[in-house]
Amino acid sequence: MQGYANPLAFRRLADRVLPWTLAGLAALLPVGLYLALVQAPPDYQQGDAARIMYVHVPAAWMALFTYTLLALLSAVAWIWRHLLAEVAARAAAPIGAAFTAVALLSGSIWGKPMWGTWWVWDARLTSVLILFFLYLGYMALHDAFEDPARGARAASILALVGAVNLPIIKFSVDWWNTLHQPASIMRLDGPTIAPSMLWPLFVMLLVFKLLFVSVWLLRIRAHLAERRLQGLRAMGARGVAATAG
Amino acid sequence: MSAIRAAGAVVARDLRLAFRRPGESLLAVAFFALALALFPLGVGPTPALLVRIGAGVIWVLALFALLLSLERLYQADFEDGTLELMLLAPAPLELLVAAKCLAHWLSSGLLLVLMSPVLALLMGLPGEALWVLPAALALGTPTLTLIGSIGAALLLGSRRGATLAALLVLPLFIPVLIFGVGAVDGYLFGLGGRGQLLMLGALFLFALAIAPFATAAALRLCGE
Repeated sequence: MQGYANPLAFRRLADRVLPWTLAGLAALLPVGLYLALVQAPPDYQQGDAARIMYVHVPAAWMALFTYTLLALLSAVAWIWRHLLAEVAARAAAPIGAAFTAVALLSGSIWGKPMWGTWWVWDARLTSVLILFFLYLGYMALHDAFEDPARGARAASILALVGAVNLPIIKFSVDWWNTLHQPASIMRLDGPTIAPSMLWPLFVMLLVFKLLFVSVWLLRIRAHLAERRLQGLRAMGARGVAATAG
Repeated sequence: MSAIRAAGAVVARDLRLAFRRPGESLLAVAFFALALALFPLGVGPTPALLVRIGAGVIWVLALFALLLSLERLYQADFEDGTLELMLLAPAPLELLVAAKCLAHWLSSGLLLVLMSPVLALLMGLPGEALWVLPAALALGTPTLTLIGSIGAALLLGSRRGATLAALLVLPLFIPVLIFGVGAVDGYLFGLGGRGQLLMLGALFLFALAIAPFATAAALRLCGE
């Protein structure tokens, strides 16, 4: 891990990994869409509307996955003052917020034909909405300071506090109200969903993962380049001042 | 021993400051009562409706009133340099933070607790609310102060304090709101709210264990 604290070493790794993830994404996205939209059978109750699941469920998983990653990276950044972990956390936040927004929007579109309403104040919907606000707070705090390093440190603390509180919020909201269907894939007695629907779902999940990794690496690279540019500018300004003085 | 004395001195100092300028504390209470008066005007004065939403409205307003008072928790100390002395003091910063939160609660949350029976009468809540609502608020508002102290400390010296504080802190307030309203409504509508009251106590202890450390970490950023 400490080896990759060097931005240059990380850049070399990212340059080597990125073509593969992008190629995998380009290859798997059509396959996943074909499986989800054509191959998979329509649901016996919900008809073709159930196909929204193939976007909704991976987006919701990725929303939670990204927050977990954000909290872990923030812990690493906070404890070891790991520059790259800080940049990686910052780069992951908007992607996670976007996945959360996609999960909320696709869920709302799915809810209209199934529940007859765009939004219900159900436990899962509410806790995902709160997750969205946690992402927004993290990003806003990051940009709230003149000194970007200060913003990054403060945002790390907030991400950790949010991670500690997330289970409590989830638990309290669950107790408060529940209408959303219970988990049907991650269960001890095996999934309750038909294999013909499970496979397209896994392929779509892989597509979302690849999309995340690709965009994430691109964003980290951009942030690192931005920092380097700022550093060079500062050095250039100092150089000019030195020659002038 | 000297650390405890330092914490006591911080409490005494903050309380004295609050007494010398009572306007700030009373403003939050005035907001609490005035905002409540808007609800019957907004949704209509039907007694049954007011009883149904009463506990929820009072709790939400308590959240907002505390949110408004958060800014003065560390801002003045940050501006006049007291905070730097606290950072340099030999007493643990976590303990001083807890002392500041205690003093802040005594001059804000406690007033809301004392005020709440009057608001319960205004909303026409049944007699039981006169002790359940203050009890729930007394257990819940210290948690709000502790969580809010993290947000206030994180935002010290930022470009946009007050609006961002709402975005950072309100999501973390949600469990207190749910169990607080659940406790009061449980007693009022005969479902029993003892479990929720105990949960409020548990949330308070949890916040007491976590918040001083997170706040102290955030305050140390100001000294870097």
